[in-house]
Amino acid sequence: MNIQADLYVLSPELILAVGALVLLLVGAMRGDRSTGLLCWLSIALIVASAYMSLVVGDESAFRGAFVMDGFARFTKAVILWSSVGCVLMAEHYFRVEKSTRFELPILILLATLGMSLMVSANNFIALYMGLELQSLALYVLAAFKRDSVRSSEAGLKYFVLGSLSSGMMLYGISLIYGFAGTMDFVGVAHAVAVGGVGVGIIFGIVFLIAGLAFKISAVPFHMWTPDVYEGAPTPVTAYLATASKVASFALVLRALLVPFPTAVHEWQQIIIFISVLSMGLGAFAAIGQTNIKRLMAYSSIGHMGYALLGLAAGTQLGVRGMLFYMAFYALTNLGVFACVQAMRRDGQAVEDIADLAGLARTRPRHAFALATMMLSLSGLPPLAGILAKSFVFLAAIQAHLYLLAAFGVLTSVVGAYYYLRIVKTMYFDEPAPAFDTNMGWGLTAIATIGTAFSLLFVINAGGLLEAANIAAQALIK
Amino acid sequence: MAIGLGSYLTVAALLFTIGVFGIFLNRKNIIVILMSIELILLGVNINFVAFSAYLHDLAGQVMAMFVLTVAAAEAAIGLAILVVYFRNRGSIAVEDVNVMKG
Repeated sequence: MNIQADLYVLSPELILAVGALVLLLVGAMRGDRSTGLLCWLSIALIVASAYMSLVVGDESAFRGAFVMDGFARFTKAVILWSSVGCVLMAEHYFRVEKSTRFELPILILLATLGMSLMVSANNFIALYMGLELQSLALYVLAAFKRDSVRSSEAGLKYFVLGSLSSGMMLYGISLIYGFAGTMDFVGVAHAVAVGGVGVGIIFGIVFLIAGLAFKISAVPFHMWTPDVYEGAPTPVTAYLATASKVASFALVLRALLVPFPTAVHEWQQIIIFISVLSMGLGAFAAIGQTNIKRLMAYSSIGHMGYALLGLAAGTQLGVRGMLFYMAFYALTNLGVFACVQAMRRDGQAVEDIADLAGLARTRPRHAFALATMMLSLSGLPPLAGILAKSFVFLAAIQAHLYLLAAFGVLTSVVGAYYYLRIVKTMYFDEPAPAFDTNMGWGLTAIATIGTAFSLLFVINAGGLLEAANIAAQALIK
Repeated sequence: MAIGLGSYLTVAALLFTIGVFGIFLNRKNIIVILMSIELILLGVNINFVAFSAYLHDLAGQVMAMFVLTVAAAEAAIGLAILVVYFRNRGSIAVEDVNVMKG
């Protein structure tokens, strides 16, 4: 156990940390005109980090506080891909808005570093530090358009509710630490297995879940989501919807399954509760929305509910379904937000669903991509979404949660309405004036990958499924 | 008379509760919310240090140091966002934070 071996295990994070600091220096010296360069350098750093996380084997570092296993590798791959997509979107955003600030790619790098630490954390101290690194960078990102009331209000709301949730989670951690006597996940698991689940531990778990539910925007802790999604700049919204959600979900999985495998029945009830509420609210609250980013916020609340079904099952199959769901969700949502960012008319961003009217006639490829991904999100066969949904429903049924699975199927039928409404607006309504044509290859690439994934995934699902399987095995033996 | 673990936990729980209520019941000023957040974090810190002393385990005190650091960073970022918000909106009253609704 020497320091060099530990640092090697940590190398994906070290690349991001050192790289972000160097880029900050470059930005400070050359000012805003280096923004384009910094975007490309950030992408290079993220790719390097992804490569290293594939190369480093299954190891743990710093006395088990940091682990690199199949689970961390799978979630890191999804997170890093989402980050690359968001930096590409930011680069396009700067070009069309004609206002550049070099801090944005650097903040994305720092948030990615936090997420990368989170999914590998195997100790409550490491968990908290990773989560805060992510959150602090995200608060600033949400308020990034600092001359806009909406963006600064989004940042303010996100900051207040995010800090409150961190405080609640921390209170839970302090109780778990006090009653289990250790911060280490494995140590807590041992203490709970030997000493049983006392009132103190249960209180701790409740606060921990409440804090984490804020981060994944599960009902009843979802209040910030629609406002922040609407107010934040679109690349940041995409980042919040994809990378941040995947990382927080990975955190929920590890923080519940590794320290508390013997207390499944205690936390299962809470997860079922928030899962049902999220699915219900996600299906019904999105119906009346007119702003597409707000609609995607409610859609993401609903999707969190479906993914939580897998955790409610508490089995290896459930975890596999959940990881698979998150990968599907991140890839598709990234594509959707690329299409949303391309909604510009006369140099101004437009965000109303009504602006999409007749898009199939004015911009057929744009409409086709958005329609495919919307249908995939709604779970229409034979697109990718139906597979993702069926895996979590299957896991719930195998864990004898029949009512829960039935409720999930019902809400996804209700939810299909608002996805289909967008498709109908694009294909059957009278055309609105056409959008600008400066989509750029970055957005086109992200949207194409999202669409291709939705369309072609059913033909060959084996690779991703196998990866999710290995990841789930790393978490539940 | 020695002060036991229970007393420390009670104080911490009280501070935590005051902080949470300060966020939800406060109808006046966002600065008060920032103060409530500090109160929550410091209440948690009392918990960590009390448990750490009780268990004769240093991890809790290490965590307390980290929490202090994070609290400082959080306050800095919170105030910065607040300044940006004030420039745009000209007010930091809680009831004015309502541009987006639904």
